[in-house]
Amino acid sequence: MYDFTDLVRSIHESLVASLSPGMAALVEWIIIGAIFLGFFALLGLVLVYVERKVCAFFQLRLGPMRVGFWGTAQTLADTLKLLLKEPIMNKRADKFLFNFAPFIIIISSLIVLSVTPFAPGLQAFDINIGLFFVIAISSIGVVGILLAGWASNNKYSLIGAMRSGAQIVSYELSVGLALMTMVVLTGSLQLSEIIASQADGWWIFKGHIPAFIAFVLFIVASTAEVNRGPFDLAEAESELTAGFHTEYSGMKFAFFFLAEFVNMFIVAVIAATVFLGGWMPFHIGGLDGFNQIMDFIPPILWFFGKVAFIIFLMMWFKWTFPRLRIDQLLTLEWKYLLPLNLMNIVLMAFVVYMGWYFGN
Amino acid sequence: MNSVIKYFSDIAHGVKTLWKGMMVTGYYISHARKEIITQQYPENRDTLQMFNRFRGEVIMPHNEDNEHRCTGCQACEIACPNGTIEIIWDRKPDPETGKKKKSIHTFVYHLQMCTMCALCIPACPTDAIIMGQDFEHAVTDRSKLTKILNKPGSKLMKGVEE
Repeated sequence: MYDFTDLVRSIHESLVASLSPGMAALVEWIIIGAIFLGFFALLGLVLVYVERKVCAFFQLRLGPMRVGFWGTAQTLADTLKLLLKEPIMNKRADKFLFNFAPFIIIISSLIVLSVTPFAPGLQAFDINIGLFFVIAISSIGVVGILLAGWASNNKYSLIGAMRSGAQIVSYELSVGLALMTMVVLTGSLQLSEIIASQADGWWIFKGHIPAFIAFVLFIVASTAEVNRGPFDLAEAESELTAGFHTEYSGMKFAFFFLAEFVNMFIVAVIAATVFLGGWMPFHIGGLDGFNQIMDFIPPILWFFGKVAFIIFLMMWFKWTFPRLRIDQLLTLEWKYLLPLNLMNIVLMAFVVYMGWYFGN
Repeated sequence: MNSVIKYFSDIAHGVKTLWKGMMVTGYYISHARKEIITQQYPENRDTLQMFNRFRGEVIMPHNEDNEHRCTGCQACEIACPNGTIEIIWDRKPDPETGKKKKSIHTFVYHLQMCTMCALCIPACPTDAIIMGQDFEHAVTDRSKLTKILNKPGSKLMKGVEE
């Protein structure tokens, strides 16, 4: 439960011993792919249930209660229903793009998931430009949304998609800059190295004021980037029926739905990794006894605990704040978040230059 | 310089008000256990208590001597906007004075037409009818919705007409 390096190596060695190198690599790819697809589906099921329950409790309701104990099998039943539904397509829709769009969104979330550091040794793809890779790939999702809106041949879908395009393109800037502020501090883009550098304290504590500002800016901007919470203009049930996925039904609709929740998970993973130390336990420099007690909790629990905390924060935003208008949305980004981010990055650079952060 | 101060004070104000809103919902979720107002209906059927002002149906209370308070004045029938109440009355001689007097034969209440507007309740001069709390009105046949509110053999309570 603590370190998966040995387990992963022993699986790799047993595969290499029994198969040719090429076959071993192929089997490993298939295993990893299957695990991630399974994890993807499980994540969707769990997050939809959690979302409905958290929303219900915020609104003083009970939420799903009938299917399974406290409604735990509700999302499973919903998935079954979506699988059995007929995929209806608009007659005038662009057939190829209409069918292709959900896959772009799903694939982009799945690729980002591959660099997720779950625990020591439990990371499928540890590249030296990890953070950059995450930002770059997660931007591809917007192409899927735009294609879905265009190919549906529906005015609501198109308006939703265009809003979403404007929104994601603007907010990506703030997400990137907020992460860049932290890269100034960490000095590395590799996710495993960023985590390793937080062994004596998480960056949000070590980087004090600028790191905290960057954290808040990142959470706000990334909530907008995943089309959630008060920034769900692209869907806007009350105005645009469902925005870009109005015309989708059955499993293709489920893909969009799933991608939204997985994107939320990915954003939470990045925030947890960069600001809250990933799977690193909570350590205070100098207090060895306390640190040992914290080490006793498995890293994978630390990781999922932090991710759950950030997901809860985003749900809290969603069920508290009213939806922004498109002009308010762009004002928030271009007049507030972006200048604050630029000021913050200068502040952070100054702090790092002077060595005024902890643990240097 | 003033505009710069205003810019940052706007941000501070915005953060403050957002935090205030989050505290409200934060209170709800942290006190969800005792604040939740949803009820699990079929499960809590035995203990379910409807609130006093709930309008389930029109009922006519009878006392233990099988006496009601309805004089058959038909004020409720006139007050009813959609003909839900239908009073069939007759003139029988009063056993005490021997004079002929109006009294109800059948108080017919068509539940399928009732909108629970409760206009009949204040119209009644003798408080003979009230709104009941029962809301489980599903039946298998339409004729079961036509109810007769006065019990068989019931008579007018003494002292109502004075």
